[in-house]
Amino acid sequence: MSDKKGMDPKTYKFDTLSLHAGYQPHKNAGSRQVPIYQTTSYLFDDVDHAAALFNLERGGHIYSRISNPTVAVLEERVASLEGGTAALATSSGMSAIFLAVMTLCEAGDHLVVSSQLYGGTVNLFRLTLPKFGIKTTFVKPRDTEGFKKAIQKNTKGIFGELVGNPGNEIMNMPEIAKIAHDAGIPLMVDATYQTPYLCKPIEHGADIVIHSLTKWMAGHGSSMAGIIVEGGKFDWMQNDKFPTMTQPYEGYHGLSFAEEFGPTAFTMKARAEGMRDFGPCLSPQNAWNVLQGIETLSVRMKKHCENAEKMVEYLLGHDSVAWVSHPSVPDHPDHDLASKLLPNGKGSMIAFGIKGGKAAGEAFINNVKLASHLANVGDTRTLVIHPASATHSQMDEATLKFAGLSHDMIRLSVGIEDIDDIKNDFENGFRAARKPRLVSNQ
Amino acid sequence: MKFQVNNNEVYASTGGRPFDKNKPLIIFVHGSGLTHMTWVLQTRYFAFHGYSVLALDMPGHGLSGGESLKSIEDMADWVSDVIDAVGYKEASLVGHSQGCLVTVECTARNPDKIKTLSLMGGAGAIPMNPELLSLAENNDPKAVELMMDWAHGPAGHFGGHPVPGLYHINTGSMLAKTRTIKNTLGVDFRACDNYKNGFEAAKQIKIPTLSILATDDKMCPVKEGKKLANLIEGSQIDIIDNCGHMMLLEEADRVLNVLKKFITTNYPAN
Repeated sequence: MSDKKGMDPKTYKFDTLSLHAGYQPHKNAGSRQVPIYQTTSYLFDDVDHAAALFNLERGGHIYSRISNPTVAVLEERVASLEGGTAALATSSGMSAIFLAVMTLCEAGDHLVVSSQLYGGTVNLFRLTLPKFGIKTTFVKPRDTEGFKKAIQKNTKGIFGELVGNPGNEIMNMPEIAKIAHDAGIPLMVDATYQTPYLCKPIEHGADIVIHSLTKWMAGHGSSMAGIIVEGGKFDWMQNDKFPTMTQPYEGYHGLSFAEEFGPTAFTMKARAEGMRDFGPCLSPQNAWNVLQGIETLSVRMKKHCENAEKMVEYLLGHDSVAWVSHPSVPDHPDHDLASKLLPNGKGSMIAFGIKGGKAAGEAFINNVKLASHLANVGDTRTLVIHPASATHSQMDEATLKFAGLSHDMIRLSVGIEDIDDIKNDFENGFRAARKPRLVSNQ
Repeated sequence: MKFQVNNNEVYASTGGRPFDKNKPLIIFVHGSGLTHMTWVLQTRYFAFHGYSVLALDMPGHGLSGGESLKSIEDMADWVSDVIDAVGYKEASLVGHSQGCLVTVECTARNPDKIKTLSLMGGAGAIPMNPELLSLAENNDPKAVELMMDWAHGPAGHFGGHPVPGLYHINTGSMLAKTRTIKNTLGVDFRACDNYKNGFEAAKQIKIPTLSILATDDKMCPVKEGKKLANLIEGSQIDIIDNCGHMMLLEEADRVLNVLKKFITTNYPAN
């Protein structure tokens, strides 16, 4: 705080931005709530106006695949919360990752990627992107030096989940950002598990932040959505690695995105080229649904984290539990790093091993009633899944091992129900999980 | 494009079109600590409609070489040198904030060279808050945060950028941090604070002049802008409601429409 009254910035803070950023009622018929612009396209004033919009001479909307006023509110709101310059919303988290990679890379390029990722993301990097000529070297998230060693001449970026799915391994984001920047490439971080309430990766060196908004950001589990947020600090012109950003680009009428748009160049290219050519646009209805969730983001995240820490304590003391992984546990290998990167809470994802292995895990999952068995995380309701048989089931045994998965692992996304009700439900699950063993031991 | 002025490399955006010496020239001069990118929602239009455009990075700013110039008078002479360096005998000038001081002084010094003058968020003098000046000269990022706070009106603080997905305050902040704060913002603020000739320079201007002012501009309030404009013979004033000092982004369309009408009328394309 300044000791002189009035000399601190009065820009709005997190909770206020969660409710207001990106929207001006007086430009929308005074509507207090963000309107849902359920339209495909927008009238041009005249041919000159149309040409100006297509040439990026003016800001505005042309066609809802490229941009939409409701979606734009969401984009600005998330950019403001993350401390980013700009954002581009997409139809899902996966499409956000794909679009970010395709904006950054060309055939023949290479990425260094953390091995601890959501199964779908692993498959994108391991199997799908090579079809576009983009190859990946996977590195364990704790092997910080490994990221440096894996960088090649044609490497265009480093990608990882800040907290790995589902094992809760944490990337040393500040150090890996330095490795990326020393090599003249950006760091892209999927921060879905954290939301900007728990961590703003841009403040720790990330250049591009990606979210599946479907999860904690929305919270209600009703709508698919993703987003790419640009930090604005990365200097695309520092080397010749990114010619489609820095040179007159045939893909967009000879435009040099970096020269014209500087700290928002990546987003401008992702929208102008990526949305135009791939088209994974977010519907205005889903954007509006996500905005309703973001309004209460900090309130929900506090409760998620509070419940998660209580569940960690409960699981650590339970006879049916073999191990518990959560960054709040003092002997978690990344506990100190988590305390530095996640000061507002360590998140609500817990991985634990159930005694009795796969059979016990299946019995547990089949017998909890309050917790929902489904392939999502970050709902306000408590969710459970057995990754080896569901989210990561398309991996072979070796890939499962490399991804740090075991057959006894249960992935728990702690909701914001009454904590006693969650514990009581888990007791039912554990009781059922013990029964097969009792039978087999007799 | 890049070219040399006084043995230093200069970067200027040409608005996405090749620089064409056969077209009339419009030069855009940015405000304190900022870069050519503040003008993106004005320059591209003119570049695609019959003009050659140079949105300058002032020396030591953005992608330009050299060191930041220490006085408004030096900056005014440098803008005149730019016109010579690109092979023109005349140009139309557009300035924002500090860029208004520069373009007013440049016009007064070069009455035959400058054909129209457009001022956005301008005033005859921009005395700096001493604490803000000290923060900038001491390389404190808080100087940028304060500038972004004061530079945006209440509406701009909420966002609502004309380009979908862009967030005003963080984008402006990043532009102001492109180079070392004390070497750009610090030097610029001191130059603004030291400059005392704005009102005298304005009295000498006899060319068509437009002042675009904004009701919520805390940095160069409407009354200060009017004081300057009223000293310029025949000057036009346009006042934008619900808008702060960063009018060229906060109300980019309105600004472009007013600017387009003024320039195409008074300095028509071929």
